Amino acid sequence: MGQITLQGVQKSFGPVHIIKGADLDIADGSFVVFVGPSGCGKTTLLRLIAGLEDVSGGKILIDGKNVVDTPPAKRGLSMVFQSYALYPHMSVRGNIGFGLKMAGLAKDEINRKVEAAAATLNLTPYLDRKPRELSGGQRQRVAIGRAIVREPKAFLFDEPLSNLDAALRVQMRIEVTRLQKQLGTTAIYVTHDQVEAMTMADKIVVLNGGKIEQYGSPLELYERPANLFVAGFIGSPKMNFVTGEPALQKGAATIGVRPEHLKIERDGGGGWQGTIAVAEHLGSDTFLYVDAGALGMLTARYIGELSLHAGDRVSLMPDPARIHRFDESGNALRG
Amino acid sequence: MATRQTQLLARSLLSPAVGLLFIWMIVPLALTIYFSTLHYSLLDPGSESFVGLENFRYFLTDPAFLASLQNTLVLVGSVLALTILLGIPLALLMDQPVIGRNFVRLMVIAPFFVMPTVSALVWKNLLMHPVSGLFAWLASLFGLTPIDWFNDVPLFAVILIVTWQWLPFATLILLTALQSLDEEQKEAAEMDGASAVSTFIYITLPHLARPITVVILIETIFLLTVFAEIFVTTGGGPGLQTTNIAFLIYSQALIQFDVGSASAGGLVAVVIANIVAFFLVRIVGRNLEA
Amino acid sequence: MARMATRQRVVISTIGAWLFGFLIFFPILWMGLASFKTELEAFAIPPSFLFFHWTTENYATVQERSDYLHHAMNSIIIAGGSTLIALLIAIPAAWSMAFSPTKRTKDILLWMLSTKMMPPVGVLVPIYLIYKSFGLLDSRIGLVFILCLGNLPIVIWMLFTYFKEIPRDILEAARMDGATIGRELVYVLTPMAIPGLASTLLLNLILAWNEAFWTLNLSTSNAAPLTTFIASYSSPEGLFWAKLSAASTLAIAPILVLGWFSQKQLVRGLTFGAVK
Repeated sequence: MGQITLQGVQKSFGPVHIIKGADLDIADGSFVVFVGPSGCGKTTLLRLIAGLEDVSGGKILIDGKNVVDTPPAKRGLSMVFQSYALYPHMSVRGNIGFGLKMAGLAKDEINRKVEAAAATLNLTPYLDRKPRELSGGQRQRVAIGRAIVREPKAFLFDEPLSNLDAALRVQMRIEVTRLQKQLGTTAIYVTHDQVEAMTMADKIVVLNGGKIEQYGSPLELYERPANLFVAGFIGSPKMNFVTGEPALQKGAATIGVRPEHLKIERDGGGGWQGTIAVAEHLGSDTFLYVDAGALGMLTARYIGELSLHAGDRVSLMPDPARIHRFDESGNALRG
Repeated sequence: MATRQTQLLARSLLSPAVGLLFIWMIVPLALTIYFSTLHYSLLDPGSESFVGLENFRYFLTDPAFLASLQNTLVLVGSVLALTILLGIPLALLMDQPVIGRNFVRLMVIAPFFVMPTVSALVWKNLLMHPVSGLFAWLASLFGLTPIDWFNDVPLFAVILIVTWQWLPFATLILLTALQSLDEEQKEAAEMDGASAVSTFIYITLPHLARPITVVILIETIFLLTVFAEIFVTTGGGPGLQTTNIAFLIYSQALIQFDVGSASAGGLVAVVIANIVAFFLVRIVGRNLEA
Repeated sequence: MARMATRQRVVISTIGAWLFGFLIFFPILWMGLASFKTELEAFAIPPSFLFFHWTTENYATVQERSDYLHHAMNSIIIAGGSTLIALLIAIPAAWSMAFSPTKRTKDILLWMLSTKMMPPVGVLVPIYLIYKSFGLLDSRIGLVFILCLGNLPIVIWMLFTYFKEIPRDILEAARMDGATIGRELVYVLTPMAIPGLASTLLLNLILAWNEAFWTLNLSTSNAAPLTTFIASYSSPEGLFWAKLSAASTLAIAPILVLGWFSQKQLVRGLTFGAVK
């Protein structure tokens, strides 16, 4: 079991409020990603759940039991750190088994569990090496091994992939997701990378300035962002925002259209007129950065190759069903 | 950034050290201040009386004070100049590809580990003795008259000994700093067409500015209170020629038993050291932010 | 052009560095040589460099005539005792400041440093009088105490800079792994801190061994460590160069060896981490 509930959780360091009241229900076995720009409080929230920081207010329930006064070790959680935080003086075996040793398990049982975890993570040949003799990806696996071997109620991941190179990151992303599904253990994963969030999560928590902006599945966030911040943060390239006349026509202060929902036509069609400033041809996609005069810079995405180049005039036609409308305070207007 | 429990524990672990250092600083200092206002001679116990600032007037107007202040400044200034001017080229040399560099390092650092009384005696007798010292023999080889170091140029002789002791320190710090200089910076300068000399002036020297400051400040703290070297070689003489402030205070307290004016002198030394310490603490403190 | 002359450059800089290194080391070498000469040869002009009658009798004489071992033992007790006590007080303090810093930690550290900058001569008089009235003059315990306090700021600083380099993440990982504070200390922090502890210990042993202000002023015979003992050779009747050299060589040899081991850490220790 690993159901985690936050009720009005607050954290302040002196006069600075880092977390301004967070309410959240994390279902057992789900993979939840905290995402947001740096300084939004996502790591602090994770550390509060871990027990590495004290809450300033509110409750944290794990399987219905309030744990705010429980030390980290007794919460039954395990954590993978950004720096991996491997014990440099212990072998891989020692690192993975340390938690079990602290729990007072018998030696042969520790060995059995460590070897099982190592086998899952393809670490068996490295069990007697020291962390400094491993590559980045292998260290990452050891850190994960240390987390899974204790069969915790939930895994906490603090930007675990940010020190890996791009190719390895994609590979580990898939491995972590598959492992979590296989074990069925609740996972909370912190990242600033919205692609990681979209690809890994069952549910995403978007944080900004210490507040939860929206909590929902990746597609909910993509299709129905609650406000301007979420709309701009989720999706790549970023959503286009237009204010002024075109927005007023739709009865909104701001309207947003994703680059993939702009129909690109050569000059003369309807919609928004502009000149291509930069055209990026990736083969699979074509990205156009269009200077649309008073509307500002607009980004448009075309699936496949489109033979347009910088300097060409184009008109961009928003898909009327995919226009997001926001009021003056940035909240989404529905209906 | 931790939990309440660990913070509480941390406080209680820190307090013994803070308490001890506080007592160590405050009690003797308070006593020094108190004694400095008394007429207090160990030869005449029981006759203590309050004399206000009389001891300071006596100490500061004593010709011995001016002479020893001058000697202190000359000693500190000369040793600083010599250790840095010799230390920079020595560090640069050792930063070159040298075969057996580790062994050379060992030889260069060795004098720093020699206790002051030993180095003073070795220099005084084995090297600088006017008749049987090695220097006298070297001078006679070249047909020169041997120098009677501790009679003719006593302060200079002390300066040489102290320089020998502190040159390793300066060299080692400058060498450490040189080795942390980004190799790519030097290569960029080379690509920009800088000669070895201009690379030194525009890249290396600015990089050394901070370690040089640190060397100056730390050496100053220690050099202000050079004691054993003088105690063992010249005993402050001839006359007052090698008496520095530290030695003057020592002789007033433990040779003339004048506690009052020795205390006043001690406070003068504290003030001088504090001026230096002020700058050193600022430099080290800035480093703490990182 | 610098690259083309590499071989030549290596030769020149090697010769230069060895020459200067030898010059700087020479007084120590000369002293070591003199310790194996007879008194007459030690005095002789012209001096003999290697071709003299090698003898070890000076070492025997030094022990017989002046009870060298007694002073060596004093040095060991005073330097070792003051360093160990300073470590015992400093480890918890540095641990607390490195891993649980508060807003005032920086001020406390700088204040500790500033106590080290107080010139000892400034407090010589009260310390001397306090020691006199408590009967601590010429006592080992008195010297242990004062050298411990004198070096405490350096010990705390060195440990602090070493502890500071142990990533907090690792300690937190241990906490997540269920280690109590005690076990965290035993299984994680201590093994990681041992190199730093060792070099702090070494450097402070050296500093205490060579300390020559308090030892000269507060000890005469009973508790006199080697610094004071060697200084007694400065009196005119003590002009036995070969024996002086033998006593000196014995006094500096152990510390020279320790010093050579700790030279890498020396810089950061003595500059309080300002130069690494």
